[in-house]
Amino acid sequence: MSNDVAVVGVGLHPFGRFPGVPALEMGAHAVRAALADAGMAWSDVQVAFGGSYEVDNPDAIVSLLGLTGIPFTDVYNGCATAASSLDMAATMIRSGAYDVALAVGMDKHPAGAFSADPVEYGCPSWYGTLGHFITTKFFGMKINRYMHDHGISKETLARVAAKNYRNGGLNPNAFRRKPMSEDEILASPMLNYPLTQYMFCSPDEGAAAVLLCRAELAPKYTAKPVYLRASGVRTRRLGAFEVHSPWLPLELTDGPTVHASRAAYEMAGIGPEDVEVVQLQDTDAGAEVIHMAENGFCADGEQEALIAGGATEIGGRLPVNTDGGLIANGEPIGASGLRQIHELVLQLRGSAGERQVPGSPKIGYAQLYGAPGTAGVSIVST
Amino acid sequence: MGTTAPIVEGLFTWPAEAPRLVGGRCTACETITFPRQSACPRCGAQPLVERLLARRGQLWAWTTQDFPPPAPPFAGAAGRDFKPFGVGYVELPDELRVEARLTEHRPDRLRIGMEMELAIVPFGTDDAGNELVTFAFRPVDEA
Repeated sequence: MSNDVAVVGVGLHPFGRFPGVPALEMGAHAVRAALADAGMAWSDVQVAFGGSYEVDNPDAIVSLLGLTGIPFTDVYNGCATAASSLDMAATMIRSGAYDVALAVGMDKHPAGAFSADPVEYGCPSWYGTLGHFITTKFFGMKINRYMHDHGISKETLARVAAKNYRNGGLNPNAFRRKPMSEDEILASPMLNYPLTQYMFCSPDEGAAAVLLCRAELAPKYTAKPVYLRASGVRTRRLGAFEVHSPWLPLELTDGPTVHASRAAYEMAGIGPEDVEVVQLQDTDAGAEVIHMAENGFCADGEQEALIAGGATEIGGRLPVNTDGGLIANGEPIGASGLRQIHELVLQLRGSAGERQVPGSPKIGYAQLYGAPGTAGVSIVST
Repeated sequence: MGTTAPIVEGLFTWPAEAPRLVGGRCTACETITFPRQSACPRCGAQPLVERLLARRGQLWAWTTQDFPPPAPPFAGAAGRDFKPFGVGYVELPDELRVEARLTEHRPDRLRIGMEMELAIVPFGTDDAGNELVTFAFRPVDEA
């Protein structure tokens, strides 16, 4: 493989609600855990990228780790923030400029749907005045149209959410660990038809960190290196059905996930049929369904039978969101995608405990997607 | 006592017997936008010229807004006064798909492909006590 980047350390601060714990403290906790995982000292880290939505200056984390003077770049790129941090850290190593790089993400969101000034997202002010500037109703419209076109049922949405709560129950770091029946999910309050309350993830709190190094150096840090075979980010093209769009052209085109996914497969030299464990952006249960097809794991409409048949369960043919995904972990934006990498690394090492995918998976895949139409994909392998 | 005013000037022709949404058209590549943008999202050309959009089209995608959106920026009735509303994209033939509030929010009354028509509907009052109106689409069979 030509992309010689290894993941040698992963660390997490649990996701959930932690009154009184600043996001920077959570970030430092995750970095310390990643350093311990790699048997590395903070002084070994040569370059860092820190992602957050709520923290203006993630770089301030160095005051808790050691002021070593390294280049540290703050990152915010919507729900794809963590994929951007990871991609930039990896690119620094691929370029030959650095041997060891850190990607860290931390956030501490208030409860409830995200809010912001629509003008700063390229939308007119009245778009917010009228109540259109909210991501959840976009997800409702997108899956409602998708269900109409491809024969997906509400029961399938409930099955996806129930699976992710069930997987969260096996993950000590998850926010929501209580299993929830499909009936309870369908009967919870309707938020944006056809999506009910328990089909959505919540913005919450948490942190995650990933340490990367040049592949040749990996044996120095770990007996079980995992390699980052591909990473990349793409943005929407005109005609993609995207969040915060006051209008769409008549001629439609694929969303950014499709383009990020194709580029990642090409970079890794593999196809979707080679992937053995998958983490997808499940902002809502419908997003997981759509993303299965957008990332090449099935054709549009095949999700109905695949999910009913248990294919996406931990013991299934195509395990999806083995740690509970966003639905069970919530979404601290800066950290969310690094949580996915953390989970994939545990799965590929065979150390995911109760939620370990059987059969020693060797190739893992992670995808992020969010406002204003940005997607990131990463592929890892043993 | 105030008067009646649109939520923002220049978004739709009003008052008018048959109000129209005011879009934009790129003179370089003919892309149509709503609202009229300052530059073309396809080719970047400036400026866009005014284009009055069709009043009728078909419902292309829809959902319901069953809880009050975060305020601000939402300026509609909140709390106990909040009333759920429908939201959708209406496909205007040969033009574009426009996102709008729908006058109907009951799922059993909404169907992809149904015929919709522009309507100007009340949207609360401003600080000066003016009655505000905004644009929406209503099912044609309800009109």
